[in-house]
Amino acid sequence: MALSPADVLAGLKEIVEEVAGIPAASIELDKSFTDDLDVDSLSMVEVVVAAEERFGVKIPDDQVSELATVGDAVNFIVKASA
Amino acid sequence: MSRRRVVVTGLGATTPLGGDVASSWSALLAGKSGVRTLTDEWASTIPVTIAGRVAMEPSEAMERVEMRRLDRSEQFALIAAREAWKDAGSPDVDLERLGVVIASGIGGVTTLLDQYDILKTKGARFVSPHTVPMLMPNGPAANVGLELKAKAGVHTPVSACASGAEAIGYAMEMIRFDRADIIVTGGVEAACHALPMAAFAAMKALSTRNDDPTRASRPYDIDRDGFVLGEGGGILVLEEYEHAKARGATIYAEIAGQGLTSDGYHIAAPDPDGSGVQRAIAFALRDSGLTTRDIVHLNAHATSTPVGDVAEANALRLALGKEADHVAVSATKSSTGHLLGGAGAIESVFIVKALQERMAPPTINIENLDPAVTIDVVRDIPRALPAGDIAALNDSFGFGGHNVVLAFRTL
Repeated sequence: MALSPADVLAGLKEIVEEVAGIPAASIELDKSFTDDLDVDSLSMVEVVVAAEERFGVKIPDDQVSELATVGDAVNFIVKASA
Repeated sequence: MSRRRVVVTGLGATTPLGGDVASSWSALLAGKSGVRTLTDEWASTIPVTIAGRVAMEPSEAMERVEMRRLDRSEQFALIAAREAWKDAGSPDVDLERLGVVIASGIGGVTTLLDQYDILKTKGARFVSPHTVPMLMPNGPAANVGLELKAKAGVHTPVSACASGAEAIGYAMEMIRFDRADIIVTGGVEAACHALPMAAFAAMKALSTRNDDPTRASRPYDIDRDGFVLGEGGGILVLEEYEHAKARGATIYAEIAGQGLTSDGYHIAAPDPDGSGVQRAIAFALRDSGLTTRDIVHLNAHATSTPVGDVAEANALRLALGKEADHVAVSATKSSTGHLLGGAGAIESVFIVKALQERMAPPTINIENLDPAVTIDVVRDIPRALPAGDIAALNDSFGFGGHNVVLAFRTL
């Protein structure tokens, strides 16, 4: 069963706060990981691995660069869980 | 052109005795020990269960998110460097004239081992992308360099337990040779982990006085049975003398010179004839323009090992001759344990404090002085140093046969 976008967003907020120290309240769907949230390339690897583990999905390395915003990541994870 | 002189304008430390210089120094003068029984779960799996953990956990001075991408050795470096930089007055300096030289003996060894555990239990995908910047031995220097945006050069000499002293000497040379005006320098170590401790224990290098931690590190005592591992670090801000004067900096002391030699004898044992140490002292005196008559204090390497302490003491007696009679020798590892790559740095911080306050710190835990030790050891309580122009030496030696002697004087 596909995960709900709201659940994925909530989980991603926790992961990004844990990894990069960004307050969950400032993490929104239209925010860019690099430009708005200051998540660098190393931290992005951590976010991806933590998201895979939490949501039980695979995020291939060649897809990671496509995930520019939080919304991109939510959409990818929801689809991958379906 | 006359040689550029180098002075100390800032100090920082995090040690088993305290979370900064002031608390470490006052605990040292009070004859306290920073050695404790380890509370880590792994301690019961190794033959040595005591160490000098830092008195202040990095989490008390650093945000969680910053900490999680820094090895513990890098955390110590940043904490001590921030204190030292602030102590120096956060100088406004041309960043292309600002450098960093910070050493570590073993680097990010706990990161390496913890990530290997993750690799084995969870798989390669879960190995942290921060692993390499955390385990590289130049990580402490690199992180301090990044924070200060230093652009004159960031370096990490490695020579086991002489690393911290070698870093400070390298920093002095950078200023002398006009590569920089200010260098943040020192050494750190964070190796309290089952593997390095089991490895030192396998060499029979560590004290096994597990039931009496505060009295286990006992340089020069007849019953010494090895060193006690310590962690933490010391940082000094070195500055070109005219640069320091021009900005009205508080000058604590001058770093006047260094002597470097190697034994060419054995990978771990000191050369019993001590000639490498004697030559290093002679070079340090020549380099600094000092004579044995000027030296009133010496912070010895003296780690509390049966062979090393006497070899060094004999070398000091031979190098200083009858002038050794007026040298107050302090073995501060009796209080801090042995900080490996951090040792020469924290002991240089203590020397600068000793010159500034004219007070040699005590060596604790000597119940029965080894009769083979014929130097004047400051025991149990601090000893006042003379007025006037005075100088002091810091000895550091490392596995591999590295000998480093730094010379400091009042200004």
